[in-house]
Amino acid sequence: MFDVDIWQEILATIKKNKMRTFLTGFSVAWGIFMLMILLGSGNGLSNGVAANFMNDAVNAMWIWTGETTIPYQGMKSGRPIQFRNEDQEIVQKVSGVGVSSGRYFMGNTRYSYNKESGEYTTITCHPELRDVENLIINEGRFINKIDILQKRKVVVLGVDIKTALFKDSTALGEYVNINNVPFKVVGISTEPGSTRNRNAYMPVSTAQMIFSGSNRLHNLALTINAETLEESQAIEEQIRNSLAKQHKFDPKDEGAIGLFNKLEAYIQTMKIFQAIKIFIWIIGIGTLIAGIVGVSNIMLIVVKERTKEIGIRKAIGASPASVIGLIMLESILITTIAGYIGLVLGTGLMELVNYSMVQSGGGTPDQGESVFLNPTVDFNIAVASTLLLIIAGAIAGYIPAKRAASIKPIVALRDE
Amino acid sequence: MIRLNNIHKSYVMGNSSLHVLKGIDLHIEQGDFVSIMGSSGSGKSTLLNILGMLDNYDNGSYHLSGNLIANMSEKKAAKLRNELVGFVFQSFNLISFKNAMENVALPLYYKGVPRKTRNLIAMEYLEKLGLKDWANHMPNEMSGGQKQRVAIARALISKPKIILADEPTGALDSTTSYEVMDILREINDDGITVIIVTHEHDIAAMTSQIIRLNDGRIHEIIRNGELKQFQKSYIHGLETA
Repeated sequence: MFDVDIWQEILATIKKNKMRTFLTGFSVAWGIFMLMILLGSGNGLSNGVAANFMNDAVNAMWIWTGETTIPYQGMKSGRPIQFRNEDQEIVQKVSGVGVSSGRYFMGNTRYSYNKESGEYTTITCHPELRDVENLIINEGRFINKIDILQKRKVVVLGVDIKTALFKDSTALGEYVNINNVPFKVVGISTEPGSTRNRNAYMPVSTAQMIFSGSNRLHNLALTINAETLEESQAIEEQIRNSLAKQHKFDPKDEGAIGLFNKLEAYIQTMKIFQAIKIFIWIIGIGTLIAGIVGVSNIMLIVVKERTKEIGIRKAIGASPASVIGLIMLESILITTIAGYIGLVLGTGLMELVNYSMVQSGGGTPDQGESVFLNPTVDFNIAVASTLLLIIAGAIAGYIPAKRAASIKPIVALRDE
Repeated sequence: MIRLNNIHKSYVMGNSSLHVLKGIDLHIEQGDFVSIMGSSGSGKSTLLNILGMLDNYDNGSYHLSGNLIANMSEKKAAKLRNELVGFVFQSFNLISFKNAMENVALPLYYKGVPRKTRNLIAMEYLEKLGLKDWANHMPNEMSGGQKQRVAIARALISKPKIILADEPTGALDSTTSYEVMDILREINDDGITVIIVTHEHDIAAMTSQIIRLNDGRIHEIIRNGELKQFQKSYIHGLETA
């Protein structure tokens, strides 16, 4: 029943009672505004931290070697552990391991092309390293399986190396001398979340052959398939046991091999954020309740104030339903408009914060670390909470309106 | 038109109960011009409120235009009030944030008459009561007499069969009171039953039937010859004063 008359009645009342309307509207708008700010900040913090983790695969794990600290099977402590190619195969066989790569670092390798030259770090690896470190390939390709099998002399250059050696000319397909051995450039890469891209990647098999690395590896990088902290810890345990068996050290020896499980850190951090989110929701709901109480309070006063008017209307033929409708529609109209204003201001402010952060942060979230990212609120949540307030306002208006409509007109008329 | 049989009404106030109407039997015909008199607390306003369906009664029966008025829903009562009864109050009871025309048009709003039509009709009634130029004024910009005329226009607009007026001249000076009474007289001449509650003898003397209440009972009904006597004493007394 859309009736222009009803709205004209309501608008006339609102115009007549500006202060009352403002107070009702303000408590609603403020509640929604605060909720948007709180949820937006929570999301921003959570998104920012999650994005930092995403620089590498979230489920990445790195294993490096050390010296034994516990005597084991008749061998003294202090014995160095050295990874070899077969260790990568052993780790790969552990159930729950996704992809894995060995890594062999060659520091200060000299790269030269024509007259340009420089010293950079060479990482020798398997093709799977790309997945573990989320490497971005700008041009060409990464190391592949055939490179490993045929021990091809190919190299993927970090974008900074490419710029230093080749300037603006094309590097793909050219040959660079690495410690005076020519390697073909097959790709240009960027590391996410890093401002320095001064690492070059070459097949581990080629490097071991040419630079007399025999079959040694410095460390292992891999991904694991685990959903929970417990699963990931179980996989970690298995890897440690297999390597301990291979290298004959006590599985409890923390010094023999080092292990960083990113998933574990990620899961723990996300748990903290879940707690923060719950906390934010509690505050947010508290704010909403304060808004609802405010609206209810004002509606009670409104109905009290209008008792005499209701009496007059009833005396000249208003039915109880029309009286209730009049008061409730007014309440709904005010809360809807005010809720919308709060919503627009709240999300608007968070968008502004987001915008200014992107501007000052110097570009994409790929670069530079930020703990605050995309601090915006899920549209559905925003709309749902506004609807909640509107419904609350309607109920808050309904109860006293119902009571006012049911008192006898003569009693209402006597009210001064 | 109006038939009351042994109407009783008490108000419960905390523990004590106040028996206001103690058996009223009354018969009012269509087109009567009746005043209800009585001292304060005699139940005259209560009687009017029951007649106007603004209040309910405890015992007895009340027939209005052939309808038994008892235990009806608020919705039905509202509809009957809208169709049959027009109210005029001592304190005018205009809605303060509506202008004269909107106040007059309000009963038609509850009848579902479109806005333009009802505003036109409201203007007609305001013109009849000599308030055409005041149509866009708010109640607080008008004098008491003007406000009461707006209230009468509002009572008339739904073409009721009965006008119920509770001390319609109570807040007005005597000149304005007589003007208002003249208007009510004219309304009565058109065939509408007018019932007023008053405690002023000169006002009552202008009606064609006076019902005196005393302590919740009808004390006497003055009409015809007795009424002439009543009128002589009060209207004369006032003129000489």
